[in-house]
Amino acid sequence: MQPSRFVQELIDIVGERNVLWDDYDLRLYEYDGSVDRALPQAVVLPESAEQVAEIVKLCNRASVPYTARGGGTGLSGGSIPVAGGVLITLVKMNRVLEVDLENLRAVVEPGLVNLQLSEAVAGNGLYYVPDPSSQKACTIGGNVGENSGGPHTLLYGVTTNHVLGVEVVMPDGELVEFGGKALDLPGYDLTGAFVGSEGTLGIATKITVRLVPLPEDVRTLLAVFNTVDDASATVSEVIGKGIIPAAIEMLDQMALQAVEASVHAGYPEDAAAVLLIEVDGLRDGLDEQAQAIRDIAEAHNARSLRIAKDAKERELLWSGRKGAFGAIGRISPEYYVVDGVVPRTKLPEVLEAIAEVGRQYDLRIANVFHAGDGNLHPLVLFDGAIPGELERTKEAGAEIMRICIRAGGVLSGEHGIGMEKAELMGELFSDHDMEVMLKLKAALDPEGLANPGKIFPTPGRCVEIPRRPLAGIGW
Amino acid sequence: MKLNRVVAWAALVIGAIALVADYVYDGLLRRSLRRLLAAVRGGEEAGGVQRGPDGQPVSGITEVPESGETPVAFPDAELIRSCVHCGLCLPFCPTYNVLGVEMDSPRGRIYQMKLVAEGKISPDNPHFYKHIYQCLDCRACETACPSGVQYGRLVEAARSIIPPRSNVEQAARRAILAGALNSDPILSVIGVGSRLYQRSGLQKLVRSTGILRPIPRLNRMESMLPHLEGSLILEPLPPVVRAQGERRARVAFLSGCIAAQFFPQTNRSTIAVLAANGCDVLTPPAQGCCGALQNHSGDRETAKNFARHNIDVFERTGADYYVSNAAGCGSMLKEYGELLADDPLYAERAEAFSEKARDITELLAELGLRPPTHEVSARATYQDACHLRHGQKIKNPPRELLAAIPGLELVEMARSEWCCGSAGIYNVTQPELSESILDMKMENVIATGADTILAANPGCLIQLQHGLRDRGVHMRAAHPVDLLAEAYGADGHLDSNGGDGG
Repeated sequence: MQPSRFVQELIDIVGERNVLWDDYDLRLYEYDGSVDRALPQAVVLPESAEQVAEIVKLCNRASVPYTARGGGTGLSGGSIPVAGGVLITLVKMNRVLEVDLENLRAVVEPGLVNLQLSEAVAGNGLYYVPDPSSQKACTIGGNVGENSGGPHTLLYGVTTNHVLGVEVVMPDGELVEFGGKALDLPGYDLTGAFVGSEGTLGIATKITVRLVPLPEDVRTLLAVFNTVDDASATVSEVIGKGIIPAAIEMLDQMALQAVEASVHAGYPEDAAAVLLIEVDGLRDGLDEQAQAIRDIAEAHNARSLRIAKDAKERELLWSGRKGAFGAIGRISPEYYVVDGVVPRTKLPEVLEAIAEVGRQYDLRIANVFHAGDGNLHPLVLFDGAIPGELERTKEAGAEIMRICIRAGGVLSGEHGIGMEKAELMGELFSDHDMEVMLKLKAALDPEGLANPGKIFPTPGRCVEIPRRPLAGIGW
Repeated sequence: MKLNRVVAWAALVIGAIALVADYVYDGLLRRSLRRLLAAVRGGEEAGGVQRGPDGQPVSGITEVPESGETPVAFPDAELIRSCVHCGLCLPFCPTYNVLGVEMDSPRGRIYQMKLVAEGKISPDNPHFYKHIYQCLDCRACETACPSGVQYGRLVEAARSIIPPRSNVEQAARRAILAGALNSDPILSVIGVGSRLYQRSGLQKLVRSTGILRPIPRLNRMESMLPHLEGSLILEPLPPVVRAQGERRARVAFLSGCIAAQFFPQTNRSTIAVLAANGCDVLTPPAQGCCGALQNHSGDRETAKNFARHNIDVFERTGADYYVSNAAGCGSMLKEYGELLADDPLYAERAEAFSEKARDITELLAELGLRPPTHEVSARATYQDACHLRHGQKIKNPPRELLAAIPGLELVEMARSEWCCGSAGIYNVTQPELSESILDMKMENVIATGADTILAANPGCLIQLQHGLRDRGVHMRAAHPVDLLAEAYGADGHLDSNGGDGG
C-alpha cells in the first residue's frame, strides 16, 4: 500500500519514522486514559515547533481536522480525535529548554513529563507545583490544555497560576507568543485564555512556567473517621480557621479498600473516610499548624491520627493517594472518573446525593478527591463487557455533574470538559456566556479544525464541527 | 564403544552448529532446503514469496479484520481486564522511551493483546509479532502500575500463542533453549570452546580482521562474549560445603546453566559467602536449567518440565532455602508455584518450592550479614537487575549488603531501575533496540564516576561489559557477591569442610 498524497506530505514534513498511517498502528491511538474511543487517520510525531506549524498549515489546506496529544493520560477525552483527521502527538518534543534560576522560571517543550521537570530542578531546591495524580506520565502540554490541578494546588493554585507564557501554533499555522517571563504584560491576557482551551485554540509548542522553592519542611497527617460527615466538617473548619494546608485529600471506604490492596500504605480499610492533610513551608510554626489541625480533627471525632515520621512514611501515605485511580483496577475492570467542584461546605450533602445516584443506577461509586478545594472525583465502577453498562455509567456521571451544578459548583476542577461534559456546558453557562466563548473560538479558529467536538455541545451555534468526507484526500 | 561415542558427539556438535548457523544466517539452511525441495518438485516456492496460512502472499501491511474472526483462546485473558489504560506505565518503559509510540508501550501492547483476544487481530499478524517481541519483558511497568497488572505473565502468554515463523526456526530455538541449556556436556563444550577461542588468539584475529562483520547476528554474539576467567576445563563445584562457625541454615544452590560456564568465579564467591555466613551449601549435581528463558519466549511446556525436574532434585536436599545468584533464574524459581498450579502432582510441591526460593542478596539480608573483615577499596555503582527489582521487588537488600563492605563507596546512578537492554536473549534478537537502551544506561553509569559497576545477574553483566568495552571505558563489572567474597577474604578455593578454607 502506498501512502496517500496527504500522508506523503506529512512524511515530507516530519520524516517517515514520525508518521503512522497503517491501520494496525492507528488502532493504538484510538484511546487515552478516558472511556471514549475514536480512530485518527494519521498520527504524526513532530520534533519541532516549525514542524507542528507546517502540519497545521497542511491540515488547513486540505481541510482536515487535527487534535494534539501528549502522554495520553487524559480523563475527559481531550485527545480523542472524535472527528478523525490527524493526531499530533508531542511526546518527542520533551526537552527542558531553559532553567532561569535567578528568576525562578523554566522554559519547556510540551511533551515533557510533569514530574521530570520537578526532578530536573530538584537539585536546585526548586519544583513545579501542579502535581496531577498522573504526574509521573502526563505532559506539561497536556496540563496546559486541561488546566490541570493536583493535590498541592489548594494553597498554590492550578496550572494557569504557574504558566507565564506560551508559544503557540495558531489554527492558521502561524507561530505566536503569549505572555512571557514577566508577570504583567500589557494587552489581553491571552495566556489565560489559552490555558485550559483543550487544544481548540491552537497547540502549545513552548511553555514558560514558574518554579517554586521546595518547602523547608512538611508535616503529613492521616486522620481517620467513622463518618464522611465528620471528615467533611473537619475540612470546612480547618480552612474556616484560616489554616490553608498545602493539600487536603479525602478517600472514602471503597477507595481505601482498593488502595490498600494495591500499595499497603497503612490506610484503615474499615473506616468511612480518611483525610490526608499536608502543611508545608518554613519549619517554624509547622508543628503548631499540625497541632491545630489535630485538635480540629479530634473535635470532630477522628478515631485516630497519625503524622508521618519521615520522608519514607510520607511517600508511602502519598503513594496510596496518587495510585488510587489505578488501584480501582483491582476491584473493577473499568472505572469512569467524574470531575466536578462544589463549595466545601456542601460536601456532606453532595456526597450523600452521589451515593444515592449509585443506588439508583445500581453502580458502585468510590470517592477520592481534593477535599480542600471541593474538587470531587467520584469513580463510577463498571464493566464495559456488560451491554448497556457504559451508557448507564455515563448517565450516572452526568447526573452527578448536575448535582454539582445545583450545589453551586462547576463542571470540571482539572480534567477538562473534553467530549464527556460538552453537552452539560449549557446547564452551567447562560446562552450569553457561551456565545462569548464561541465567538473567541470562531475568531481564532474560523475553520473549526482545531480539536473539533470538544468543550462545546454539538452542533455549536457559531461553529460547525467539520465532519467532511475525507475520501477527497485519498485516505 | 569409544568410537561410537565420539561419532555421536561429533554428530551432535555438527547438528547444533548447523542449527545455530541457520539461526544466525537468518534461515540460510531453511532457504537452501526449500530451494532444493522446490527444484526437486519443480515447484513455485523458489521465488521465496512469504505466504500466510491461507496461502495468500503476506504483504507488509495487514488488513485488520473488523469482525468475523474467531477469537483466539488467549491464556490468562482475564488479566488483560485489570489494565485500565491510565498510561502511568509509559515513561517507565525503556522501549517506549526509545521509540515514543503506543505500539511499543506496555499499555499499547496490552491493547494489542486485547484485540487478539477479541479476534480483531490475528496472532500471526507480523505487527503483533514485532511489538510483542520488541518488549524486553523487564517488567518495570509492573512496578509503575497502580492496578497490579501482571504484565510479565501477559507478554509470555502472548508469545505462547504467536505461531513460530517456521518449523526450522522453532527447531533451532528449541535446540538452543530446551536442549543445549539443559545439557551439561554441551554447556561444557561451549565453555571450553569459548575459552580456547579467546586464549588461542583466534578472538584477537577475528576482531582485528572484522571477518564476521558480514554476518551481523554471529558478529553480534561474538562481540557480546565476556572475558572468561578460570581454568580451561572448569572444576565442578563441590556438592557440599560446610558452614563456618555456628550453622544458621542449610541452603541448596542453583548454580545456573550458561552463567556457570561464563562466570565460574561468581558461583564460587556465592558458596564462599554463604558458608562464611553460617550456611551449609549443597549444590546438587543433578540440577538443570531453571526454565526462565524458555518461559520468556513463550515455551511454557519446556519450562514446566524443567521445573518438575528441579523440584525433584532440590526436594531431596532437604534444604531450608533454595538460593540463586541470577535474578532471572531466582524470579523463575519463585514462579514455579504459579507455573505448575494446574499440575495435580506438582502444584503443592511447586508452591512449597517457590516459598523456599531466595535471591542470594535477599537471603543474606534476611539472615543478617556477618560483618565482613577485609577492606575492598572501590567506588561502585549498582544496577538493579530487572528480575530482581521488578520481578522479585528486591531493592534494598543488595544495597545494604554493599554498604556493609569496609572501604566500599556506593554511588547511585540515575535510573538504576532501568533495563540495560540485555533481557535474556534480547541483545541478540533485537540488536539495534538493545544498543539504544544500552546507550541510555551507559550514559548514567559513566556519569557516576565509579570504577566498578555491580549487577546481580549474569545477563546484565555480559551486556554491561560489552557496553564498557565498546566505549573503551575501563571499569570493573562484577556481581555484588564477588565483592562480598573479597570482603570475607575468600580466595576462590572451596573445600568441603568450612567455606573457602581460609
